[in-house]
Amino acid sequence: MNKPGSAITQSLRGMALCHPDTIKVHFDPDYVERTAPCPSGKVAVISGSGSGHEPLPIGYVGLGMLDAACPGPIFTSPSPVQLLAAVHSADHGGGVLFIVKNYAGGVLNTELTIEMALQEGIDARYVLVNDDVAIPEVANRRGLGAATLACKIAGAAAESGYSLDATVNVTQRAVAASRSMGVGTNVNTLPRNGLGVNLADDSIELGVGIHGEPGVVRSVKQGMPEIVDLILPPILDDLPFAPGDRVLLLISGMGGTPPLELYLFSEAIHELMAAHQLRVERQLIGNYLTSLGRGGYTMTLMKLDDELLGLWDAPVHTPVLHW
Amino acid sequence: MGQEITTSQLRKWLLSYAARIIENEAHLTELDTAIGDADHGVNMRRGMGKLQERLKEEKQSDNVSSFLRSVAMTLISGIGGAAGPLYGTFFLRAATSPTNGSSIDLVQLTQMFRYGLDGLQQRGKAQADDKTMIDTIQPAVEAMEAALAAHQSPAVILAAARQAAHLGMKHTIEIEARKGRASYLGPHSIGHQDPGATSAYFLFETAAEVFTKTGAD
Repeated sequence: MNKPGSAITQSLRGMALCHPDTIKVHFDPDYVERTAPCPSGKVAVISGSGSGHEPLPIGYVGLGMLDAACPGPIFTSPSPVQLLAAVHSADHGGGVLFIVKNYAGGVLNTELTIEMALQEGIDARYVLVNDDVAIPEVANRRGLGAATLACKIAGAAAESGYSLDATVNVTQRAVAASRSMGVGTNVNTLPRNGLGVNLADDSIELGVGIHGEPGVVRSVKQGMPEIVDLILPPILDDLPFAPGDRVLLLISGMGGTPPLELYLFSEAIHELMAAHQLRVERQLIGNYLTSLGRGGYTMTLMKLDDELLGLWDAPVHTPVLHW
Repeated sequence: MGQEITTSQLRKWLLSYAARIIENEAHLTELDTAIGDADHGVNMRRGMGKLQERLKEEKQSDNVSSFLRSVAMTLISGIGGAAGPLYGTFFLRAATSPTNGSSIDLVQLTQMFRYGLDGLQQRGKAQADDKTMIDTIQPAVEAMEAALAAHQSPAVILAAARQAAHLGMKHTIEIEARKGRASYLGPHSIGHQDPGATSAYFLFETAAEVFTKTGAD
């Protein structure tokens, strides 16, 4: 295929050509911004991410979600130069909120960008997404599917006129109410590095990250119900989710898993959710947070209340989510 | 503390720093190959090339704060990786320290380094003995502060900073990395000098050379 570097540029250009009514792409520094006009004083919501996780974050740019997104190199945080350019473009006087997955590079670059923005008199904050229960220490938990949910909640809050403080608070609440875990069904494909070691047909890797971070290899001879028995309890026990809770379910493929397999996974998930008396009020099944072409999926649950449900249901018009 | 360091002398210092880093690219690469991902030399050389271009531009501000801020912005984008934001933070914070407009005295130079150090620690969350650039910069700043308190001459203050930075850099050989990519190696990182501590040492080496030469105490 194309060289890794220029592939990102060409892919961005292609995406802009596919969604001219929704997004505009700016190059050097690279960022994507929404075409929908912003009212003065609206909080700007921005997210940066290494490339390779598409549609996160650039597919979530548009009315009711992100004002701008910055794609970094593959699996590498965008630079403060990109992030600051996005701030300048997206700020409409209401301040700026960054949605940041908990990885060292992203946090470092976002904190520096916020410092520069504050020096320029632009109020800027960030909400850290750390929903991966595969990591025991909460401070080290990686950001997974809750990043997609946080972008939607923050964007809806900002669009409906929440202040920066209120947008930060409700987004933090959304993240605090979310838990995730990933399952790998084959190895990651990394540009330049090639393929890793293959998994046996009856094995999965439990608790994988979205940058090829390894999980624990488990043999699963009973198929999907056995996989769900491994992934769901750690998620439910961690929050914890209780019988009767209303939840949003996000099942995202990692890029190399066919929809057929995602729905197989969903069937087993729904059966176990019903057994735990959890009420699935809203759901998304598809590729919402990927890891290049890796086989596998992540499951995310967010415990809903009336405010979060209302913000989730609020109108959104992006390349990927639109209702 | 009569000596004033003008913006143009700060520019000479950073041009000298850039040249020193470029001379030492292979050395930095070698150090980072042992305990990191082998890109510190290349990244720093690229950043220093951008810095040289920026510092040689005709239109330059004489204001110390805006000068340091523009250095920060150049390093953030020019170096990239993790070192870019860290060096960027150092100079961005340094840019908020007190000045006399277009110059600083030795007290203010010390404060400038102190502001930069505090910013770095806050941003990178590294402490002394984590085997990072902090192990060079912290003892250097503390040595400057002690020498100032003892009413030493500018030449002695700058020499103290350089010597403390050098000792700090060499001390990273003996300790285990607890921050950065080298920390994945655990005890295997012992016996290797930290590349970030090394590139940071040259800040104080070149400061001692340039500011002592131009100083007339």
